[in-house]
Amino acid sequence: MQYESPDTLEAAAKLLASATDARILAGGTDLLVQMRAEVLSPSLVIDIKKVTETRTIKEENGGFRIGAAVTGAELKEHPKLRSVWPGLVEAANLIGSTQVQGRCTMGGNLCNGSPAADSVPALIAAGAVATVVGPNGRRDIKVEDVMLAPRKLALTKGEIIASFFLPARGAHASDAYLRFIPRTEMDIAVVGCAVSLALDASGTCTAARMSLGAVAARPLLVADAAKALIGSKIDDAALTKLEAAARAACTPIDDKRGTKEFRIDVAGVLAKRTALIALERARKK
Amino acid sequence: MQERVKSPKFDIIGTRPIRPDGADKVTGRAKFGADHKIAGQLVGKVLRSPHPHARIKSINIAKALALAGVKAVVTREDFKEQSPEFIPAGEMLVNYRDVLRNVLAREKVLYEGHAVAAVAATSETIARQALKLIEVAYEVLPHVINEVEAMKPGAPIVEDGMITAGVTPPPTTPSNVAKRVEFTLGDVAKGFKDADVIIEREFNTKPVHQGYIEPHACVASVSEDGTAELWTTTQGHWIARAHCAKLLGWDITKLRVTSSEIGGGFGGKTVVYMEPLALALSQKSHRPVKMVMSREEVFRASGPTSGANIWVKIGAKKDGRIVAGEAILKYQAGCFQGSPVQPGCMCAFAPYDLENVKVVGYDVLSNRPKVAAYRAPGGPISEYAVESVVDELAATLKIDPIELRLKNAAKEGTKAAYGPKFGPVGLVECLEAAKNSPHWKAPLGKNQGRGMASGFWFNIGGETTVSLQLNEDGTLTLMVGTPDIGGLRASLAMMAAEELKVPYAKVRPIIADTSSLGYNFLTGGSRATFSSGMATVEAARSIIKQASGRAAKLWEIPEDAVSFENGEFRPAGDNAGKHKPMTLADIAKVAGKTGGSIVGYAAISAQGAAPSFGVHIADTEVDPETGKLTVTRYTAIQDAGKAIHPSYVEGQFQGGAAQGIGWALSEEYIYGADGKLQNAGFLDYRIPVASDLPMLDTIIIEVPNPRHPYGVRGIGETPIIPPMAAIAAAACKATGVRMFELPMSPPKVLKAMKDAKAGKKA
Amino acid sequence: MAKHHVSATVNNDPVEFLCETDQTLLDCLRDELNLTGAKEGCSSGDCGACSVTINGRLVCSCLVLGVEANGMKIETIEGMAQGDKLHPLQQKFLEHAALQCGICTPGVLIAAKALLAKNPNPTETETRYWLAGNLCRCTGYDKIIRAVMDAASEMRKGA
Repeated sequence: MQYESPDTLEAAAKLLASATDARILAGGTDLLVQMRAEVLSPSLVIDIKKVTETRTIKEENGGFRIGAAVTGAELKEHPKLRSVWPGLVEAANLIGSTQVQGRCTMGGNLCNGSPAADSVPALIAAGAVATVVGPNGRRDIKVEDVMLAPRKLALTKGEIIASFFLPARGAHASDAYLRFIPRTEMDIAVVGCAVSLALDASGTCTAARMSLGAVAARPLLVADAAKALIGSKIDDAALTKLEAAARAACTPIDDKRGTKEFRIDVAGVLAKRTALIALERARKK
Repeated sequence: MQERVKSPKFDIIGTRPIRPDGADKVTGRAKFGADHKIAGQLVGKVLRSPHPHARIKSINIAKALALAGVKAVVTREDFKEQSPEFIPAGEMLVNYRDVLRNVLAREKVLYEGHAVAAVAATSETIARQALKLIEVAYEVLPHVINEVEAMKPGAPIVEDGMITAGVTPPPTTPSNVAKRVEFTLGDVAKGFKDADVIIEREFNTKPVHQGYIEPHACVASVSEDGTAELWTTTQGHWIARAHCAKLLGWDITKLRVTSSEIGGGFGGKTVVYMEPLALALSQKSHRPVKMVMSREEVFRASGPTSGANIWVKIGAKKDGRIVAGEAILKYQAGCFQGSPVQPGCMCAFAPYDLENVKVVGYDVLSNRPKVAAYRAPGGPISEYAVESVVDELAATLKIDPIELRLKNAAKEGTKAAYGPKFGPVGLVECLEAAKNSPHWKAPLGKNQGRGMASGFWFNIGGETTVSLQLNEDGTLTLMVGTPDIGGLRASLAMMAAEELKVPYAKVRPIIADTSSLGYNFLTGGSRATFSSGMATVEAARSIIKQASGRAAKLWEIPEDAVSFENGEFRPAGDNAGKHKPMTLADIAKVAGKTGGSIVGYAAISAQGAAPSFGVHIADTEVDPETGKLTVTRYTAIQDAGKAIHPSYVEGQFQGGAAQGIGWALSEEYIYGADGKLQNAGFLDYRIPVASDLPMLDTIIIEVPNPRHPYGVRGIGETPIIPPMAAIAAAACKATGVRMFELPMSPPKVLKAMKDAKAGKKA
Repeated sequence: MAKHHVSATVNNDPVEFLCETDQTLLDCLRDELNLTGAKEGCSSGDCGACSVTINGRLVCSCLVLGVEANGMKIETIEGMAQGDKLHPLQQKFLEHAALQCGICTPGVLIAAKALLAKNPNPTETETRYWLAGNLCRCTGYDKIIRAVMDAASEMRKGA
């Protein structure tokens, strides 16, 4: 097993394209587990943490550009990010333990290809766009379009996620993320739910995006959720519609972490609760 | 609230000194199973079955052996057949036919993860490659996982030809039921006839793992002359020695076993898994061999405890007096006989003073790893079911659950269904303490409920040897043979110091290896502080006697004219005041000149172990929209007899409670239809984490055990028994529904709440 | 392929070791540097027994490749006491009997030290959530939490 730690993403993409079974190492919190369990035995591990752009958070066009290998702990420590995108930061901070937070990254969380990844619904709700570097250059792709199915991504050979761009936010806008797990920590989401919304001065919802995790083969952007909220004051009637939209979007499986019925139920519960938190936050801005 | 217990009678007992092994454990210096290293050691790895049930047609190791760096491979061919009879191994009865087959499969693999072969190689990477080169031809057989399914006619038979024992006349066809046991007292039919209220319920529990954080690990080194050393993490190194020597056909004396510091056991480290393989690999390769299980192997291939199906029927008069109790327990044994169904039967109704009891138990095989002991083996399952029915009985009769228990509580003179009459026991005291506790009286919040339950464990004694050496400077070295898992060395040093009236710090306890001390049964059954403490006191008293003799010799007076008071040897009677009193240190200085070194030795079979009763109170809060239960407040109350080191007694109460909370709410073995375990890791085998639990309050009750020099009762097992029923009772109050299945996970609770709502509407 | 040559600082001492790509930092500490204080409980980041800090950041050393440690500053349990003076956390763990078997203790201590470096006055809830990745099967966490809070209080007085 080889190890390379190139200084540029272009070099990393070249290495990734050249090997048959190379893997990108960012935080390693999924990769190392899978290597130890012999689920993966890559011939080449490409560490992208020496590439500055993957490791930095910067403000750009009124929004934020977050390197794909920025850790959960660094997201939380950023002086501004947490107040603008509290839901995204809390979602990323639910991945694993404090120890895992010291290493795990949103790029890895997405590229691991799990429908239950915590930060992915939050990125989707935020309308985040991933910048991808490949052997043929750079392109942008909406986060909701990256994952196709478990362990299956819309990236082509040699492509690496460099960063995520979070758009500028106006006044009265915020987000939230909640997940359901059997314990209080250290579990994989049975259901995850992210809501991002904006209000006008009168408190009417002008924009909303909701994403659900762990209720389908990939994290979902629930279009009907936006319909339920936009134009409303997010009153009980709107929340009831939102709950129904969330449940209707679910196509879950029965597995060791939960039943179909339970996931559908809880998706509705979380949708309402998450929206109320986002609403509360948006009102305060 | 941490109850402080201090008896004015004692100088040291009841205080809270720092444990002797403490500094090593907070600095990373302490050596656990995987921390030992011998120059030149090889890495040993185990090939495990991918099938839950299959016949092994052939095993071809040629390619593995040919790989550079592979030094030895062992398979079933390397071990001789063993007798299926149960023979004594120390205090236990062991069937070495099954022990052998669990260490390494012979005719069949009986569960996913069953060991099939082992390799020793110069590196981890090579050992892993070698495993892939071993060719095993399997004939896959139908499997059975659930104990109720396994008892049905036509179920796949796990052990070919097994005939149920304990049934007359013996069945003529084989089944998966290894054994039927029955305990009866009085006449239950008559009792139920007298009852005003009868409640009958069926319960299901899942297997749960001991969940020790340290995986099994050992290092074996076999010399050219056939002598061998084994370093292993175990609750009983004499047991490990017995099993290894038997399986390898060696004289016991050739094998010296050292127990490392042990990173948790809870019963799960009372058996051997890799140790015989490591020794066999070392013998073949002429190199030391180290083997360490991965966490996944721990879950797949080391013992959880039984999952079970339990039926309970209790009848009572209107005033709450219980007139009959009956139970049928079906316990999973795993793939070999030997579930803890017998202790389960013994414990079931033990907290009650009943005239009519009948408990029937079945030991049921299925294609799962062989169960191992887990803290109060068998007790938590049967007592959960009985306590849950008692709680329902209290609700039905509108009697406070503590009052109902007080009305029926076992006490001194109560005859237990399994035979003995109890001596002084502390159940009533625990119940009274619960009733008077601030917790029981505290107000509850929204969506919260409170429950309580009792627990019982009988405790054991057994073979124990200690050696207490008086060193030339007056300090003492205490050698004991029961591995210290949670502060034992502190408690034993305290007892020795108390007895000898020397400062605690002057006694240095160590865990001796099997060649340095006589036989010791393992640390388990809540026996270590009781039995090794009893032996320590006996050894200390022997030192006093010997030292008195030396003083007598120096003073040229009769030995019985020397008294030992307040740490001094004094001439007594007619000789009083005639000689300057001597301390133990004074005598130690001249020991060499007065007859040689002074060593107290005690080799006993500790008798007089007394039961420990406990009562737990739990508050739970339910999220009504998701069914998630959270324990918001908890109090564990238990009779310790005498708490030698109260902090470690409280620690046992708290640790048992936490394991019980996990058992109640989140822990379970999850199998797929393919017979494979789906959650072999700490991610999805959910033991409680720090943020899941509240502070765990404790109240120590002390009703001394008259048969121990300091009144000690074993206390480690009992605390895992009450939590499941206490939480179920609390959950019932919080949710309005009664759960009959563990774990009470959110999907089940939410469904039960929804069904109850729908039922009400309908 | 040849092993990697790694130079790092462990507990303020310069160290060098050789490792394969697939050896974790935990493997390297234990097998190459003979620092066995960090324990392997799961190798999947679920138990925290292997906790160390890298450049001050708390991590599971089982989830870091040894080769990644090149040039890094690593602290392990072996570096926590100063001479014969135990760290206040170590001392409080002993006084509160916050360990039974002791296998989780090194990881818990390292994690608790990282907590107090960041937050000298944590609430019980903050302490519990920070330590949620450190499994303990013996104590039910009660005495661990009390010991950490007590050490925090003592360290605040000393500061």
